[in-house]
Amino acid sequence: MHYNLTDQYRHQTSFLHGLDPRVKVITAVGYILAVSLTPEGAWWAFAFFFLVLCLAVYLSQLGIFFTIRRSFIALPFILAALSVPLITPGPVIWRIPGLNWAVSEPGLIRFLSILLRSWLAVQAAILLTAVTRFPNILWALESLKFPRVLVSTIGFMYRYLFVVADEVTQMVRARASRSARISGAPRRSVLWQGKVAGAMVGSLFLRALERSERVYAAMLSRGYDGCIRSLTRFQMRQRDWISLGLAGLLLIVPLGLGWMV
Amino acid sequence: MWLSPVKLHIPDGFLSTPVAIVGWVFALVFIAVAIRQTRDQLGDRQVPLMGILAAFIFAAQAINFPIAAGTSGHLLGGALAAILLGPWAATLIMTAVIAMQGLLFQDGGLLVMGWNILNMGVITAFVGIATYSFIRRLTGEGRRSHLAAAFTGAWLSVEVAALATALQLAVSGTSPIELGLPAMAGVHALIGIGEGVITVGALILLETTSSGVLREGESAPGRRGANVIAAGLLLALLVALFSPLASSHPDGLEFVAEQKGFLDLAVDPSYEILPDYTVPIISDPVLTTIVAVVLGTLLVFVVAWFVGRNTTRSEAAGD
Amino acid sequence: MHHTIDVRDLTFTYPDGRVALRGVSLFVAPGEKVALVGPNGAGKSTLMLHLNGILKGQGEVRVCGTRIEEGSIGEIRAAVGLVFQDPDDQLFSATVFDDVAFGPLYMGLPEEDIRSRVQHALEAVELNDYGDRVCHHLSGGEKKRVAIATVLSMDPEILVLDEPTAGLDPRARRSLIHLLHDLPQTMLVSTHDIPMVAELFERTVVIDEGEIVFDGSTQSLMADRNLLAQHGMEIP
Repeated sequence: MHYNLTDQYRHQTSFLHGLDPRVKVITAVGYILAVSLTPEGAWWAFAFFFLVLCLAVYLSQLGIFFTIRRSFIALPFILAALSVPLITPGPVIWRIPGLNWAVSEPGLIRFLSILLRSWLAVQAAILLTAVTRFPNILWALESLKFPRVLVSTIGFMYRYLFVVADEVTQMVRARASRSARISGAPRRSVLWQGKVAGAMVGSLFLRALERSERVYAAMLSRGYDGCIRSLTRFQMRQRDWISLGLAGLLLIVPLGLGWMV
Repeated sequence: MWLSPVKLHIPDGFLSTPVAIVGWVFALVFIAVAIRQTRDQLGDRQVPLMGILAAFIFAAQAINFPIAAGTSGHLLGGALAAILLGPWAATLIMTAVIAMQGLLFQDGGLLVMGWNILNMGVITAFVGIATYSFIRRLTGEGRRSHLAAAFTGAWLSVEVAALATALQLAVSGTSPIELGLPAMAGVHALIGIGEGVITVGALILLETTSSGVLREGESAPGRRGANVIAAGLLLALLVALFSPLASSHPDGLEFVAEQKGFLDLAVDPSYEILPDYTVPIISDPVLTTIVAVVLGTLLVFVVAWFVGRNTTRSEAAGD
Repeated sequence: MHHTIDVRDLTFTYPDGRVALRGVSLFVAPGEKVALVGPNGAGKSTLMLHLNGILKGQGEVRVCGTRIEEGSIGEIRAAVGLVFQDPDDQLFSATVFDDVAFGPLYMGLPEEDIRSRVQHALEAVELNDYGDRVCHHLSGGEKKRVAIATVLSMDPEILVLDEPTAGLDPRARRSLIHLLHDLPQTMLVSTHDIPMVAELFERTVVIDEGEIVFDGSTQSLMADRNLLAQHGMEIP
């Protein structure tokens, strides 16, 4: 799995960027939930949700195609749902040419609904991380009563990700530098390669263990006592409450319409 | 086979909302227990140790080795973490990894994260360590036994996680069990080999060093009791999910055969061959079954937890 | 009696049997700046970890007039600012502000106090607007200075630094030397950087294989080539 480890946060001084992170987290999760609860085939509701998303992207000043361009990350998982149009019973509306497989109407409706839900949800998540610094997302989660130990653990992980990733890069480069092959000599077996990869993982583990001891000593040196403490970072302002309320409306209305129609 | 995604991170939209919420409920329970267990195990080292090891797992997942044209073997890490640190520490670590992957990189959805955590964190950790311990008990204390048990544990952890994912997709109506299960099982049987090889490779390197803090998960008393409970809960959970499927497909074998026939022959109106086929949508009878079984399982868990706590207390007292 | 380091006959053995310190005795007077030199493995870091109670050996360790024991650990750790060799070990929070605020936060101070201390500490290391910065994006020199700030915000009486100039480019090194020169606290600095020792510290302690082999003026140490060579040091 390869991730681009540059931070996902894109700085702007937009309205969305300035909102309390708790509002943004709640709204993003609420959006995903609303989209998930939208019944299959409620195309108007989905369209409305898409417009809500566009509004949010507009308010973020990140460019209209910002989330769309990054939204294809969930695409590979489509494989799991590919059989839906073919399996679901119902009137046939199309046959796949060549293979002569029948696609049913309810199957197609369901498949497209899954696609839309997934596509909209991932864009909401992308936007959230683009307009909110990750440490503030974590702070928001803690403020919203998520388990403190878990949130702090993620915080440490976030901090040391780059350090450990650098160690990995060094190791991989060192491995590549030592992977010269003399032509004619037999290739090293897959098993041997796997063992080398495993050895890298093993020594990474040791380094991580040792580093955590040193970090722990540094924490003790500054008075750490096992309790997790944090400063307040944000206070809810009027605009935060209003935005939260408006967002709630924008989500509930299409959802209600989708269920009624 | 082409119906199986290679990664187990389920995005939002692929699981139905009730299924997703059930996943979160169970995940939060496991997380809460994991936090408590690791605090007892590690004291105030808990947060920095778990956090930095989570960074390690995340980075280790990026290390791969070439297997065949284009494909490579890589590590998920739940089984390795469980063998090294115990299943509860592994659960907490993997939860952090999965949470970050979902939150920061959108690898895996937010609503469905409960199941992602259960599949890639809890199931891999517990299946991994349970298999490892079981095989070691059978084959003895030697080095070979240790490595073979680790390989099998790692492989099985991935396989069962894939099966669980297929189950969740089926119950949500996204992917019928008859197609999803064999597809996932098949693809991940291969991926599991990569997991096994890297896990063993890591353990081989680590056997030359002895770390005082952690030695093969033999850490704190009380661990055993909690394991059994967790394993039991997991099994109950899987059964709970599987039951509605079982009931809506009375004639399993024949049904699968027809399906396979359908796929191979590219026949005309597919649904005519399977007149009684119904995709396991969350319709009322199915939903009530799930809810009932889930509630029952939770009740069993609560009782077992209290029993387990008393057991672990006396174990600790006896040490 | 304040702002002092008073170590008497300290002996420490690691769990694996290795004797790291053999009867070390050391007194640092208020406001003194002392360099601690010696080859790797000599016991410099081990000695330093005793000064705020992370390690406990046999013998007596008093800082700021107080003996280090269970009850006094909290105030000791506020009074002795230990700056580790690898700033990545010391900067463990998400942002610079969080790291510098950590110490005062765990001292139980009210939020306003914490914020002003962070402000002053960052000013002291000349990184005034770095509060929002993320730690892993900083340069080596900046990290070292933030690391010092994380300790300054606790308003320590004594600073103990482990190899502060290691790994720095000449410019960052120069900037750090200026900083160390200007800070008023009593200081004990372990280092391999002999030119810096000659420049900043009037008194030097040489430790080798767990024992103190020299404790006196830097000038006389620099003149004694034999002694230097014996303990693995060179003059450029």
